[in-house]
Amino acid sequence: MGISGDIWVWIGAFLTFSIMSFLYKDNPFYKFAEHLFVGVSAAYWMCMGIWQTLVPNLIAKLHPPVVSEILPAASTKPAEYSYIIPLVLGIMFLMRLSPKGAWISRWALAFIVGTTAGSYLTRYLRSDFLGQIQYSIIPLISIEDGSFSFVGTISNIIIFLGVFCGLIYFFFSKEHKGTFGVASKVGIYILMITFGAGFGYTVMARISLLVGRMQFIFGDWLGIISR
Amino acid sequence: MQRLLGIFLIIGFLFPLTWISESFAQENPAFDDSAGITIAPPTNVKAYDHPGDAGGAIVVEWDLSPQDHPENDLILGYEIFRAVYPDGEYESIGVASPGHTSYMDANAEDEHEYIYKVTATSGNGPSATAISNPAGSSPEWINFGMTNLFIIGLIICSSVIYFIMHAKKGGKLFLRKIGGLEAIDDAIGRATEMGRPILFIPGIHDMDDVQTIAGLTILNYIAKKVAEYDSRLHVPVCRSIVMTTARESIKEAYLSAGRPDAYSDDFVHYVTDEQFGYVAAVDGVMVREKPATCFYLGAFFAESLIMAETGNSIGAIQIAGTAMPAQLPFFVAACDYTLIGEELFAASAYLSGEPKQLGSLKGQDVGKVIAMAAIGVGVLVETIYVISGSSAIGNLSSFIKNLFVLG
Repeated sequence: MGISGDIWVWIGAFLTFSIMSFLYKDNPFYKFAEHLFVGVSAAYWMCMGIWQTLVPNLIAKLHPPVVSEILPAASTKPAEYSYIIPLVLGIMFLMRLSPKGAWISRWALAFIVGTTAGSYLTRYLRSDFLGQIQYSIIPLISIEDGSFSFVGTISNIIIFLGVFCGLIYFFFSKEHKGTFGVASKVGIYILMITFGAGFGYTVMARISLLVGRMQFIFGDWLGIISR
Repeated sequence: MQRLLGIFLIIGFLFPLTWISESFAQENPAFDDSAGITIAPPTNVKAYDHPGDAGGAIVVEWDLSPQDHPENDLILGYEIFRAVYPDGEYESIGVASPGHTSYMDANAEDEHEYIYKVTATSGNGPSATAISNPAGSSPEWINFGMTNLFIIGLIICSSVIYFIMHAKKGGKLFLRKIGGLEAIDDAIGRATEMGRPILFIPGIHDMDDVQTIAGLTILNYIAKKVAEYDSRLHVPVCRSIVMTTARESIKEAYLSAGRPDAYSDDFVHYVTDEQFGYVAAVDGVMVREKPATCFYLGAFFAESLIMAETGNSIGAIQIAGTAMPAQLPFFVAACDYTLIGEELFAASAYLSGEPKQLGSLKGQDVGKVIAMAAIGVGVLVETIYVISGSSAIGNLSSFIKNLFVLG
C-alpha cells in the first residue's frame, strides 16, 4: 500500500479538505469547492431531468419511435396519448417566461398542488390515522405466556399515554389549561424524550459518514490503512 | 454352524424392523423412505382477479392436499408458481402455510394474464402440481375493502367544509397560541434594526409536499412584514417549482403591503437540486451575508443540523418548523424556536387567518377527537378482555380493532 497515483483520488482528497476547511472559517478553498459543487450538481440534475424524466416519461410515451436508439424497449410500445396532459401542463409552466402569459403558469401549479394534496389525503389517512389507531389499541395489562408481565404492562401504559397525550398536545381548538394542559405537558415531555433518543441515533449514523470520509483519506488516498 | 446362527440372528433382527417400518409407513406415508413419499397435490386450483382493488392483484385458491391434516404434520406448505400466459416460464412467487387454501399475488401486472401452479411440499420434496385457469388483474371503480377509510375521510372532510363555511360567514374559530409564532415578528424587527437580511429556507422537497406549501404560506406572512419594515429577504431554493411559487407568494405579499415597487425576483434564487450542494451554498450565504434571522420551514433531511449549526455560529435568531421526525431533534437542539410537526401547518393557518386553512385545521381536530375516542375505548375494552377473558368482550374488542383495519 502507498499513496494513490490516481489523479481523481487526489482531486477528491483536495475537495474533501476544501469543504472541511469551512470548520475553521470561510476561505477561498471552501468557496471554490462550494461553487464547483453547486455548478456541477445543477448541470447534472438538469441532464438527469432531461434523460430520466423528459425522455422516458414524456417523449417515449407520446412518440416511441423517436427513442428507438436510446430506449429500444420503450420504442416498441404503443403511444400513450394521455401523456399530452403533462405536456400541456409543462408548456403552461413555461409560459412563466412570457411577461404577458405568466398567469397561465399558476393554473399548472394549482393542478400540481391540488392533485398532490388529494392523493396524499388517503395515504396519510391510512398510515397516520387508521394505522396509528389500530396499533394503539393494546391492553394496559400485559399477559405473556399466561402470566402477568410487568415490563410489558409498563411498556403498554407508556405507549397509550404517549399517543393519547401527544394527540392532546397537537389539539389546537382548546386552550392547554388545567388537566388538559397537564396532559399536553406530558405529551411534549414524551416527544422530547423521543427526540433525544432520535438525536443520539442519528448522530451515530452521521459519524459513520465521517468514518467513510476518513477511510477515503487514509485508505484510498494516503494508503495508510486498508479498506 | 456359527455362521448359520449369525445369519439367522441377523434375519431375525432385521425382519421385525422391516415389519415395523412397513406397518408404520402404512399408517403414515411420510415415513415411507424406501419408495419415496407420494404426496397428493392440491386440487381445484383457481385464479381470479382480486375484487375491489386498484388492480395488480390476483387471488389463487386451491383445495387442500388430502394428506394435509394438522395431526400428521406431513405437509410443510404450498409453493405457488406463476407464468405469464400462454408461454411464459414458471417462477416461484411465494409459499402458503399448511391448512391455507389461498394466496394473493400482489405483484401482477394488469396488462398480462397469468397461470399458476401449486405444489404441496413435504420433507421428502414437492408433490405433483395442479395448474389454474388463466387470470388477469384489473382495477375496479370501488374498493369496498376501504369503506372504513371512506367513512372516516368523509367525516373529516365534512368537518373541514363545515368549519370553512363557518369561518367564511364570519364565525370565530378559536385556535390556541402556538409558541414561537410571536417570535417571528420580533425576529424580523431585530433583522431590520441590525440592517441585516432575513434568510428563509423552504426545505428541500418540491411543491408536492404539504410541508413546503405550509412553509411558503408562512413565507407570505414574513414577506409582508419584511415589506412593511423595508428589510431584506433572501430565499435560496433547490427546486425550480418552489422558486416559482415562492416568487409568486412574495410578490403577492409586497403587493398587499402596498410596496410592489420594492419587490424583486432576486429575493428568490435557484441553487441546485443536489442536497449537499444546496447546503454548501446556503452555508456560504450564511457566513458571508450574516443574516440576523434564519427561518427553516418545510421538509428537511440530513442538511437540517448543518444549516442550523451554521446559523447558530453566526448568532442568528433561528425559527424552524418541520414534520420530519428524524430532523426535529436537531432543530430543537440548535434553534431558538421550533414548530413541531403539525404546529407548522397550524402556524400557517394561524398566521394567514384564511378561512380555508382555519377550517382545515379545525376539521383535523375533529379527526383527533375521533382518534382519541377510538384509542380510549379500544384500550379499555381490550384491557377488560385481558382481565376477564370473556369471549363476548373479546368479540367486541376484535370488532373495534377491525373498524380500523383496511381490507
